[in-house]
Amino acid sequence: MIQSPYIRKPASVQRVMFTVLLALTPGIAAYVWQVGAGILVNLAIASATAVAAEALVRRLRGRPIAPAIGDLSALVTAWLVVLCFPPIVPWWVTVVAVTLAIAAVKHLYGGLGQNPFNPAMVAYCAMIVAFPSLMSQWPPAGGLDFATQLDLILGGARNLDAITGATALDALRTGLRGAESVDAILRQPPFGTLGGRGWEWIAAGYLAGGLLLLALRVITWHMPVAFLATLAATAGAFWLANPAQFASPLFHLASGGAMLAAFFIVTDPVSGATTPLGKIIFAAGIGLIAYLIRAFGAFPEGIAFAVLLMNLCVPLIDMKTQPRVFGHRRGKSP
Amino acid sequence: MTKRLHRFKGGVDLDYHKAESAGVPIRSAPLPPRLIVPLRQNARSVAHGIVTAGEHVLKGQRIGEAEGVLGTAVHAPTSGTVIEVTEHPMAHPSGLDTHCVVIEPDGDERWVALEPLDHRSIDRQSALNRLREAGVVGLGGAAFPSHVKLGSGTGVDTVVINGAECEPWITCDDRLMRERADQILAGAAILSDLIGAKRVLVGIEDNKPEAIAAMRAAAAAQAAPIEIVAIPTVYPAGGEKQLIRVLTGIEIPHGRLGTDFGVQCFNVGTAAAVHRAFALGEPLVSRIVTLAGNVERPGNYEVLIGTPVASLLELAEPRADTDRYILGGPMMGFALPDLSVPVIKGTNCVLSASPTLFPRSKPPLPCIRCGECARACPAELQPFELYWFAHSRNFGKAQEYHLFDCIECGCCSYVCPSHIPLVDYYRYAKSEIWARERETRAADGARERFEFRNFRQEREKAEKAAKLAAKAAETKAKLAQTETAPAPAPTEAAPQSEDDAKRALIAAALERAKQQKAAAKPKNTEDLSAATLAEIAEIEARRKALGLSEGDAGDVRPALPTLPGPTTAATPPAPPGGDPEPLAREDRP
Amino acid sequence: MLTALLIMAAIALVLGAALGFASIRFKVVGDPLVEKIDAILPQTQCGQCGYPGCKPYAQAIANGEADINQCPPGGEEGIRKLADLLGREFKPLSEEFGVEKPKAVARIDEQTCIGCTLCIQACPVDAIVGAAKQMHTVVEPLCTGCELCVAPCPVDCITMEPVAETVETWKWKYPVIEIRKRA
Ligand code: SF4
Ligand code: SF4
Ligand code: SF4
Ligand code: SF4
Repeated sequence: MIQSPYIRKPASVQRVMFTVLLALTPGIAAYVWQVGAGILVNLAIASATAVAAEALVRRLRGRPIAPAIGDLSALVTAWLVVLCFPPIVPWWVTVVAVTLAIAAVKHLYGGLGQNPFNPAMVAYCAMIVAFPSLMSQWPPAGGLDFATQLDLILGGARNLDAITGATALDALRTGLRGAESVDAILRQPPFGTLGGRGWEWIAAGYLAGGLLLLALRVITWHMPVAFLATLAATAGAFWLANPAQFASPLFHLASGGAMLAAFFIVTDPVSGATTPLGKIIFAAGIGLIAYLIRAFGAFPEGIAFAVLLMNLCVPLIDMKTQPRVFGHRRGKSP
Repeated sequence: MTKRLHRFKGGVDLDYHKAESAGVPIRSAPLPPRLIVPLRQNARSVAHGIVTAGEHVLKGQRIGEAEGVLGTAVHAPTSGTVIEVTEHPMAHPSGLDTHCVVIEPDGDERWVALEPLDHRSIDRQSALNRLREAGVVGLGGAAFPSHVKLGSGTGVDTVVINGAECEPWITCDDRLMRERADQILAGAAILSDLIGAKRVLVGIEDNKPEAIAAMRAAAAAQAAPIEIVAIPTVYPAGGEKQLIRVLTGIEIPHGRLGTDFGVQCFNVGTAAAVHRAFALGEPLVSRIVTLAGNVERPGNYEVLIGTPVASLLELAEPRADTDRYILGGPMMGFALPDLSVPVIKGTNCVLSASPTLFPRSKPPLPCIRCGECARACPAELQPFELYWFAHSRNFGKAQEYHLFDCIECGCCSYVCPSHIPLVDYYRYAKSEIWARERETRAADGARERFEFRNFRQEREKAEKAAKLAAKAAETKAKLAQTETAPAPAPTEAAPQSEDDAKRALIAAALERAKQQKAAAKPKNTEDLSAATLAEIAEIEARRKALGLSEGDAGDVRPALPTLPGPTTAATPPAPPGGDPEPLAREDRP
Repeated sequence: MLTALLIMAAIALVLGAALGFASIRFKVVGDPLVEKIDAILPQTQCGQCGYPGCKPYAQAIANGEADINQCPPGGEEGIRKLADLLGREFKPLSEEFGVEKPKAVARIDEQTCIGCTLCIQACPVDAIVGAAKQMHTVVEPLCTGCELCVAPCPVDCITMEPVAETVETWKWKYPVIEIRKRA
């Protein structure tokens, strides 16, 4: 028997997830405009895989299938996976990654709400470790027409030089290894005004979507602000110390997955911290680690690893940052 | 009148549905054919019934004496005849029975002699007693005795009068403020006098402009420093702690009294009842109840305590698609298990619920840790953590995360996108914890008593042994003196050693016991009153009828004469009570 | 390679030292085990476990002489707590010692009682009042429901009555979700 309250806000998980999907569309639109429609193919593949994987696992676990698909959370995971991947990864990479995210990361830990790690980020890390080259072939903005993209996605032969330019982060990193100065590197073709050419617009799209989520109160300001601020601050500190060796904070904010991560990945409620202070620490930690990996680590983009590392710390962060309770003084007063 | 208001965190905006029932003036509910007045008025105390079936009572006559610290008196709500004192379901989520006095009204509504009293003419304690005897309790819902709230009243600076009424649909306080503002303010002045407060603040949500206007008008006519404050409408602004926070900025944690912080809060209805208890001498026998929801004629009624909910509902004409009835508001009320339950002092609203107005909750999904609930929680808790601990029955952790600070306002359940019945989990966890505390207390008591009993038995044994030793020594000395004299007991060998002396003693005692047993009546029936003897005879007869002959109990009986009783302490064999292992003798499986 | 090995060795050393320090520094010096076990036992003092009271049984468990599933009044939950405390596997209540029953209290039929005081002596918690040849009665809140007084009564006037739920002792149930078929 369910007791009071007898009235409920017309909110639902489905509605939350739908809002997230909606908020991703400006970014996706920019993606299509700047890079090409190939991403849509991968999105479709990923969505189908997610639904199938979800249904399959639910059946294996003997749980009702309909409500789980209806809550759209699998779709959100699938879309995020695709959006972190290069748009021209072969279809089977997407399928494997999404299946991994849904079946292993989400359901092995008990399904919706139980997974300690961000499924999309686990999938990304697994794939970049397993298929490093496929995962680092990014087409230059506007560089490939849809037919070529489709062919590549469907497993067409890859002529590396023709199809891929390095991403901005990649170029920066190889450039610095080659002992060029940042200024010189930034004048090369992959770079636009702020970040990677074309990719800046996509980042702007995500930013717009993120602001929508904020306005609709689906996410709170803590995580995006803490993440972006820490990323910028760390980058700024290094940049001020040595502008020749390190790129500016603006470049870091505008390139790679920073914006996508700030509003859609770091903010994943299930695997993130939940207390206000905890959220700030969590997101700041990601920002810091992500920058360190970008600047000194073995991978050009470090957000995924940073997220997983911070996921590990969530229980501790939450435990240590329990907010003050009404009427009690701050601190532990049981 | 510009007052800086404080805010409490959390809370939700609701669809208030006040208009439906707020427009109609308060009407008197007609006398029902039967009034069922529970002697228990809240979960904590029961009054002691002082009427019996067949007695005629007058309106306002005391039918239950206040008992215990939290007790208040109970009065006949109308004049009539007591039909019976019986068990009847109570307005409580459990639907369990409680002692009730059933009264058939005679229709005269004849009052007992009322004695108005000026609270200033008597001392504080007598004034509090008056409230206790008048059965005045908090009318906001919890029915907490007012005299107890006032009792600890030193150093209180502010009396807060709660006219916020934040639950949707309920308008009884609203109507009361519009129609009887002067009564409320008079009551507030008395409360403030009794508690020695310097100022009175009345908090009213700003969605009740008429009530605010009426109260302001009445306050202007008063000399006392009473301030009417319009507060922002947000659920649960009417929660006692939340209202105090909004008006004064003071936060009262769980387990502390407002008095400790110099503020105490009373409902507007309570203030009016206090006024009536003094100015008119009337005990609390009626209250205002909102009837609303899925009904044709919503409105507020002045209802006698004890009126069955079913006969009350007839006045409002529930629509056909009503599927349950809710007592209280939709956020904190409960579905009535039974419509025959009577209105009690804490009943503020009866809602008729239909699937369209109050849809059944959708099946819950797992918690996605979205934190919506934490943002809505006015107690600034982390409801999803509490849910997790309550769900996994980890009560210790739940308490560590301040489960008992939860005021069960329902905000968290209201906003949860996963439709988890969060509050149900907290209620479950709280009552489990209480039950466990009761059990632990009982177990501790039992342990103590058990240990004391063991100690006592040890002591008795030791004392007995000491006495025996003394006696033995004495006998030995005697024996030594009269060496040639014949042994006093039929012992063959002359006692030479200590052991022999002891043996002689035992034998003598056994002999004595044998004689005594032969001489004694079968039962210890000496020096009993004639009545008891008759009763015993009767019992004997009954036992015979049951086939319990003397022989049946014979195996136990021989021990009897050695029980503490006529036999002296010198009787050597330890009585069965001193048996160190009473458990070992049992033929238990 | 050597550096790596050295580093690993150093880390192992540091961690080992830290653990060792922690085990000394944070050593739990709580109640002795018997007290802790006794705190879990229900204190019904009924002896169904085969020991004359809860404390002796606690002692026996602590000494490893008795198993943890011998106390019927403690029931499953008690066994679970003991298993938790002692780090053992949970096992169901051993039938040999009895079955879990709802809590009951003794009631003496005062009409039949002959005032023999046998039940007083049997009661482990002194929950019965009365004197020789007087009517005896059970002080209900003190009675643990151990049933020890039932057998000694020569006239069988003691019955065990289950404790009824009252508004005070009533508990909210664990929320069970109604699973209704969608029409
Ligand atoms: S609102 Fe519901 S889903 Fe969200 S954190 Fe709270 S309990 Fe979990
Ligand atoms: S019911 Fe309790 S936990 Fe939920 S919002 Fe209200 S006070 Fe907070
Ligand atoms: S069975 Fe349980 S309650 Fe009875 S004496 Fe043994 S430990 Fe105590
Ligand atoms: S009265 Fe009987 S059942 Fe109750 S504790 Fe004493 S011996 Fe046990």
